Amino acid sequence: MANSKTAEAKRRLLPHEMSKAQYTWHEMKKNKVAYLLLAPFYIIFTMFTILPVILSLVISLTNFNMLEFPDFVFMDNYIRLFLDDDIFLIAVKNTLIFAAITGPVSYLLSLLFAWFINELSPKMRALVTLIFYAPSISGNVYLIWTTLFSGDQYGLVNAFLIETGFISTPIQFFTNTSYIMPLVIVVALWTSLGTSFLSFIAGFQVVDRSLYEAGAMDGIKNRWQELWSITLPSMKPQMMFGAVMAITSSFGFGAIITALVGFPSPEYCAHTIMHHLDDYGGQRFEMGYASAIATVLFFMMIGSNMVIKKLLSKVGQ
Amino acid sequence: MSKLRIKKHNHALNRSFAGDLSINGVLLVFGVFMFFPMYYTIVQALKPLNELWMFPPRLYVVNPTAKNFTDLFSLMSTSWVPFSRYIFNTVFISACGTFGNVMLSSFAAYSLAKIKFPGRKVLFNIIVYSLMFNTTVAGITNFITMSALKMVDTYLAIIIPAMGSSLGLYLMKQFMETSVPDSVLESARLDGASEWNILWTLVMPMVKPAWLTLIIFSFQGLWNQGASVYVFSEELKTFPYAISQIVTGGIARAGASAASTVVMMVVPILVFVVSQSNVIETMSSSGMKD
Repeated sequence: MANSKTAEAKRRLLPHEMSKAQYTWHEMKKNKVAYLLLAPFYIIFTMFTILPVILSLVISLTNFNMLEFPDFVFMDNYIRLFLDDDIFLIAVKNTLIFAAITGPVSYLLSLLFAWFINELSPKMRALVTLIFYAPSISGNVYLIWTTLFSGDQYGLVNAFLIETGFISTPIQFFTNTSYIMPLVIVVALWTSLGTSFLSFIAGFQVVDRSLYEAGAMDGIKNRWQELWSITLPSMKPQMMFGAVMAITSSFGFGAIITALVGFPSPEYCAHTIMHHLDDYGGQRFEMGYASAIATVLFFMMIGSNMVIKKLLSKVGQ
Repeated sequence: MSKLRIKKHNHALNRSFAGDLSINGVLLVFGVFMFFPMYYTIVQALKPLNELWMFPPRLYVVNPTAKNFTDLFSLMSTSWVPFSRYIFNTVFISACGTFGNVMLSSFAAYSLAKIKFPGRKVLFNIIVYSLMFNTTVAGITNFITMSALKMVDTYLAIIIPAMGSSLGLYLMKQFMETSVPDSVLESARLDGASEWNILWTLVMPMVKPAWLTLIIFSFQGLWNQGASVYVFSEELKTFPYAISQIVTGGIARAGASAASTVVMMVVPILVFVVSQSNVIETMSSSGMKD
């Protein structure tokens, strides 16, 4: 303590004479404890989040197979991905369809339900929030959808359709390629009211009440106008955070799809980039190729986040 | 009706009866959609075998039975590794990972939110960017890191990466920034308190909702942790993994399967019910500025 004080006093003589680098160094030394507090988290974070991203960028340029020393093959993996791998192109198409639907829809539903829930009394609010949020935290409860849409007559939906006379033989929902995509999208949406939903619920509750009164004086006539011109602009930070969460999870629904329709899905109709990555990285151990897949997916996620951030920053302007 | 609401909400201006009605209608319809699968899981878990396989299937149970749950536990007792071991593994992993994540995130969040040091902007931006991609894309090279650190096939393979999860740090930092006034910290610093003391005695009590929320998020993730590709030993595998092995057994196990899902979902839901208000309070400062 005393040591740092004298050091500080010595330097205080010439603060404006310090160069930028010197000043930074001085500030860094003064705040040593800040770095100490950061260190444990950032060491682990670097090892398991930052390093892997950089590493897979590098490995994607090689033919690493975990056994032999990798050869540098440059863009070969990427060329193979986009020109030679038909299944990868199917996966890209499916991922984009899947993300383009689940991302925005889950975002808008979260926002809409959070807004509606905010209109309820506090007790009801807590209950309804729980009902909407529960599917996203309940582990593998989405497996019940295989019972609801099971391909025999014991599946609820088939039983209902047979009873009411719409069909005479059960529909094979999870093997018929025209039903699979819509079904997994519905299930994914069902589990998607998660972190962003909670963020919106909270966002609605902290909007400054006096703004509403002022708005009413200024001639706001109904709740739609109120939402558009008062509530949403003041929740912009939550909307931004919610968008990031929604996009990130819309690219990561691989596990649910596998649980519902198996891997590989019939005719690859629900094969996503996540599955392709798992196939090459986790089963064939073609790490170079898998890293190229991961890199493509990484840039797709970051890219769509950037685009959405740009778009959202225009809301209310 | 509307007068009452003015008292309760302070802002029940511009509320039409038709609007209230349609909002409640929409919430009811979607609420049923959200809740029905959860409800049906519970009903399936309580159905005896003859009700599980009857046509047409019933939406309710006539003779509720606990047999599916007892079946689940007797199936468990036939497993090669004692079943209590799987439960211990999941509890141990969840407890250690959650504790570590909360501790490390709190230290780092305090530093980023309340100490002005060079580099804090860059370090926080990295966290924000990391929220923008799913960490599974980073997963494939983790095997290399883990084998270098001799972490493969140990508890650490799951616990350590969980400690460095960035969502918790993000939420905590945002919450500290909005709910801990700088003036309090300044006067404590003038009184000669160390940063460490300030964090423990002043800041942590003030941000209780934030670390409670972090406990819940971290716990939920770890509790549902299934098979990890970095763990091969049967005696280190988790409860969800063991359950998923049991329930892939076909017709005879349909009831046990539903029972296992109920067992798995009860814990996270209860935890959320108890702490909902804290979670909402924390999430109110989750916003991202551009």
